[in-house]
Amino acid sequence: MIEAALVIDNQATFRALMDCMARPGEIKTLGCADAPPPLMAGTAAIMRGLADYETPVWLDGTLANPAVAEWIRFQTGAPVVTDPQRAAFALVGSGAVLPDFAAFSPGSQDYPDRSATLIVQVERFSGAMFSLTGPGIRSEGTLAAEPVPEDFAERCAANHALFPRGVDVVLVAGDRVAALPRTVRVTRKG
Amino acid sequence: MTAPVYNFAYLDEQTKRMIRRAILKAIAIPGYQVPFASREMPMPYGWGTGGVQVTASIIGPDDILKVIDQGSDDTTNAVSIRKFFSRTAGVRTTTATREATVIQTRHRIPETPLTEDQVLVYQVPIPEPLRFLEPRETETRRMHALSEYGLMHVKLYEDIARHGHIATTYAYPVKVAQRYVMDPSPIPKFDNPKLTDCPALQLFGAGREKRIYAIPPYTPVVSLDFDDHPFEPYRHDAQCELCGAADSYLDEVITDDNGSRMFVCSDTDYCETRRATGKGAQQSAPATEHRS
Repeated sequence: MIEAALVIDNQATFRALMDCMARPGEIKTLGCADAPPPLMAGTAAIMRGLADYETPVWLDGTLANPAVAEWIRFQTGAPVVTDPQRAAFALVGSGAVLPDFAAFSPGSQDYPDRSATLIVQVERFSGAMFSLTGPGIRSEGTLAAEPVPEDFAERCAANHALFPRGVDVVLVAGDRVAALPRTVRVTRKG
Repeated sequence: MTAPVYNFAYLDEQTKRMIRRAILKAIAIPGYQVPFASREMPMPYGWGTGGVQVTASIIGPDDILKVIDQGSDDTTNAVSIRKFFSRTAGVRTTTATREATVIQTRHRIPETPLTEDQVLVYQVPIPEPLRFLEPRETETRRMHALSEYGLMHVKLYEDIARHGHIATTYAYPVKVAQRYVMDPSPIPKFDNPKLTDCPALQLFGAGREKRIYAIPPYTPVVSLDFDDHPFEPYRHDAQCELCGAADSYLDEVITDDNGSRMFVCSDTDYCETRRATGKGAQQSAPATEHRS
């Protein structure tokens, strides 16, 4: 029997993430999940709410420690894989070391949904400012996040150019999240 | 204990995770039909099992649910789905469009404009807009992959050649965010203009066909047409005989064996709200029309 509180927590986590995905750039706060550092509370909440035996999880160098891998395996039952192409969820410990999006599966033209979702931890939602346009955004949205690579906007543009293929990015800072699905057009501001 | 105990909102947690992942991908690829492992529900296919599974996966204890069937809150399908969720999720239900945070719908979009705080969940019978033109799934998938939608325009053109106008009146195909051609479910084409730039998130669930798709908020949705035969929403040339509305979608109701009929709003909440605020039918056109 699953603990009732966890059922409600997972629903709240998903709903917040769904809103973020539907409205790129909007920042939502997730319910806390205790996580082994350097896994942030938000990342842990998303994993617990969405990962299971069907979703291989890839960890980058900063997260690939036995405690994190064990936590994911125990809490979610998801296999932790070393091949990024196999990952349904790819966890990146810090935006500063964001790998090339091409390392992950963008799905196929026939099945663009079979693509990776990147969960990228950042320190804060301030600093480098980006302007966002596309579905889910009324006229123009903004999102600030750091650290992210210098060429973050260019990488997002290259990802967007693959549409309908491409990866979807979720940014996490502590227990706060924002999403950049493949539809969004990102340009550097100022 | 004799009463059955369900998980919150009926579905088990693994099913919800699977559906939730499908919903996230559907939002990221507007108009693309994401396959999902549709479950058997305690109601037959065709009664909204797709919509119910989507609703069950997104709804939380603080949500207020409204369910409509052809615009009406009080038809069998709407009543039983509302009961289903008040029993299995304990959520509050409402018939007022303004109050609801989640609205599940069969074949209509409410007349009251939706807000950013709402999610509209459609029940979809046949999600593939190209299915009646090309029965093979492998081929329609390829056509979507290549954005090869000529066949759909041929179909609309044949309508014009045969009838002099585009005769498709419901499930009128649309193009979402300049990419995917999508079936908006069998809503009347009167509702098509409400799809575009909608502040609410729109989710579509097809249970038997095992597909979920989405239109994010503020997304351009264009009804397919031709320069010389532009898309035109259709509405009966009449007013609602109960509330006098001249802007709502009307149902034609046969009232006796002599063919008497009347037009009333299909959206019961819209009609009732108008009547409650004193907008009666006194200004309306001839009450009934007789056919021999």
